[in-house]
Amino acid sequence: MATAEASSNMKKVQVRRYKPEENADTNYLNAESGLRSWLLTKDHKRIGILYLIATTFFFFFGGLLALGIRMELWTPAATFIEADTYNQLFTLHGVIMIFLFLVPAVPAILGNFFLPMQIGAKDVAFPKLNLASWYIYMIGAIGTIFVIFAGGIDTGWTFYMPYSSTTGGAVTFMSFGVFILGFSSILTGINFITTIHKMRAPGITWGKLPLFCWSLYATSIIQILATPVLAITLALVGMERLLGIGIFDPALGGDPVLFQHFFWFYSHPAVYIMIVPGFGVVSEIVSTFSKKTIFGYWAIAMSSLAIAFISFLVWGHHMFVSGQASLANMVFSFLTFLVGIPTGIKMFNWLATMHKGSISLKTPMLYILGFFFLFTVGGLTGIALATIAIDIHLHDTYYVVAHFHFVMVGGMVMAYLGGLYYWWPKMSGRMYNETLGKISALLVFLGFNVTFLPQFVMGAQGMPRRYFNYIDQFQGFHQVSTIGAFILGIGFAMVFYNLVKSLFNGEKASANPWNSRALEWQVASPAPPHNFDHIPVLIHGPYDYHKPMADFQLGLAQTNGHEPEMGTHIEADKEVEMKD
Amino acid sequence: MEALRNFFLPPAKTAVAEQYDTLFWFVHISSLVVTIGIVVAIIYFIIKYRRKSENDVTPVITHNNKLEVTWSVIPLIITLVLFGWGFQTYIDMTKAPTDAYEVNVTAQKWLWRFQYKSGASTTNELHVPAGRPVKLIMQSQDVIHSFFVPDFRIKQDVIPGRYTEAWFQAREPGESIVFCTEYCGTDHSNMLAKVIVHEPEEFAQWLEDNSGAATKPTDLAPADWGEQLVQQNACATCHSTDGTELTGPTWQGTFGSEEQLADGSTVTVDENYIRESILNPNAKIVQGYGQVMPSYQGQLNDEQINAIIEYIKTLK
Repeated sequence: MATAEASSNMKKVQVRRYKPEENADTNYLNAESGLRSWLLTKDHKRIGILYLIATTFFFFFGGLLALGIRMELWTPAATFIEADTYNQLFTLHGVIMIFLFLVPAVPAILGNFFLPMQIGAKDVAFPKLNLASWYIYMIGAIGTIFVIFAGGIDTGWTFYMPYSSTTGGAVTFMSFGVFILGFSSILTGINFITTIHKMRAPGITWGKLPLFCWSLYATSIIQILATPVLAITLALVGMERLLGIGIFDPALGGDPVLFQHFFWFYSHPAVYIMIVPGFGVVSEIVSTFSKKTIFGYWAIAMSSLAIAFISFLVWGHHMFVSGQASLANMVFSFLTFLVGIPTGIKMFNWLATMHKGSISLKTPMLYILGFFFLFTVGGLTGIALATIAIDIHLHDTYYVVAHFHFVMVGGMVMAYLGGLYYWWPKMSGRMYNETLGKISALLVFLGFNVTFLPQFVMGAQGMPRRYFNYIDQFQGFHQVSTIGAFILGIGFAMVFYNLVKSLFNGEKASANPWNSRALEWQVASPAPPHNFDHIPVLIHGPYDYHKPMADFQLGLAQTNGHEPEMGTHIEADKEVEMKD
Repeated sequence: MEALRNFFLPPAKTAVAEQYDTLFWFVHISSLVVTIGIVVAIIYFIIKYRRKSENDVTPVITHNNKLEVTWSVIPLIITLVLFGWGFQTYIDMTKAPTDAYEVNVTAQKWLWRFQYKSGASTTNELHVPAGRPVKLIMQSQDVIHSFFVPDFRIKQDVIPGRYTEAWFQAREPGESIVFCTEYCGTDHSNMLAKVIVHEPEEFAQWLEDNSGAATKPTDLAPADWGEQLVQQNACATCHSTDGTELTGPTWQGTFGSEEQLADGSTVTVDENYIRESILNPNAKIVQGYGQVMPSYQGQLNDEQINAIIEYIKTLK
């Protein structure tokens, strides 16, 4: 009975196996050459590389600023710079790391590169728009960096009113830079959502969509809905500063707390723009390196969407001491706790995936294990901060600084580096040095903990954030933290060295060094210019490690007698029933 | 145990602070248990299920709805408990008893002013009686500041254009530090104050002694009184008396000197210039300094300004 019903919705499709070519002559890197071929490329992979180069530069720039901050805090008051310089340092560190690195890194680099490949498409839905997003990003980024030369700003990355309207410097200019960056984010989001809806290869139903794609889908929704609010806020700030219309500044009849509502209405969901794509990377790596079907596929996929949805409703937890009503505090506290539930679900499902797996501790997996610990600490201290009473004492102290670095660096950056190592063979065609990779992963993990664990303690003791000077009792904690920051810095530098070195003398990567079942690994390394020279067909999910590899290398059979150049080894002609 | 507690938290000097600490420890110890559980599971898995060969076969376990429900519902219940407990404690921390002694607090870059019912006023020192609830009614003259006393576990933003409130009841005489915890510019990290808790009788005496602060105590020379006023009004936060460069020009040797102004003109530092600089600080800014000093119009009377000028004259 079921068969009869089912077959009316099915049609037969001729498929055959396309085995990935090893050492292919052409790939996306050498298909065209010259600067022009890069700057005008519409290839999503090359655009991903453009983002990689830009964000890596900004990451190290922001990192140097962080080292400057930590060095200054070696002693109370002036160590080697003055208060005003220090205030500009932490402002720029925040702005650069958040808007130029954390927000674009995973979606724009790894997402751009692998989303189309994971769904068997030749490119994103709007390749020109994709390139435009990169240019918009660069214009915004250069505008933001220009501020340093225009006198610097010292408001903190939160631009709180009315301080930001009274301080000199270039607040308007930097707001405009961030405003432009927002559009890049929105356009990338639109591109991804359209691509996921419209360009999935035959067989990739929503239930077979890789979890990395699900996480990018959830992220894109937040980008499209939340980023315009940032643009509106910054436009209002511009109107106030340029035209003197009172919106936020009490001197002009405005309300400074309103600014905080506007600001966090974007900036809280933005936290999830930064971390949710990282969740996607974790799902891919955990399954591959445990060689096991992902546990709770739908729970992980849907919890990303749940997090995206709830993230819009919790912004007020940044404002528990701002003077907003107790009732509002109560509601925001309650909703904030709810975000913890889907996040916990993800964590437990990842652990369950490792259970009874075949776990290989290669560098990417080491980063993910680091992620598990650091993100757990970051998440649970988030639960502490969601408890209104506890937040009163800890708000705006180093406890909060440590908390968000655990989530952003311990969570997002660890996932990003894991992802970068994981996909590096496909991006560069080379294998990195495994020993060096492991040593640097351990250094990053160690350095991070030495830097930020003491900050929890000094925060609980009462050390406020954004303090140039501090009372003597905190000096020991600050010095340990500074030492940790340098270890962390060396770790990051080693990652950079390892990956760049592999470009010159790394071992050639095979098409699928991890024996992954995911579609992006079923083509040559580095990726071919148009990803697939056939139309891939999926009959299993991307994590079905119990099925033979050959089943994951299927594509529509050519019917016009024209044999494709690549993948000519026809080993099996198969007839598969698929949903139309 | 005591040492461990003191390592993580400042001393709890109010009953509310102790209530806070109980909740703080409950949350952090349960978090520690969860973290240890996760770490142990990870270590166990990577040892037990370590890859033996590339041909390892793993079981197909796609999902388990009972487990999903379990690890959703149990955390939900725990967080609901935390939510309720946290909200209750929050109400206790922020709702002042009706019989509280009220002090008006004004924040401005970069100092705290406290005004008492008796007419006394202090800068950067909050004097309060022990064993009695004290309610602070706070406002800011310029940007947002935040009033934070770690020992009392209280924190409240202080906002221009509206009042905000905080309260505490210190148990014993002593001193506690006050931090500004909303970033407010150059001297944000120097915007500190002290809460000085007195025995009730001692506090009553202090109020009496300080309520007539606007007239010169008979036993002091004008310059000495000026020095006292300079301390009380936190002038030294920005102006050194020994030549050190701070946010504002040093006072050492300033009287009678010729200063270059921001607009290029020059001025001789005399009584009139000092008086103008106290009441209308932005009128003539010395080159190289910012327009950051608040006006003391209405804060200092003529007699007090004269005393401060006398004091500055002594700083050769």
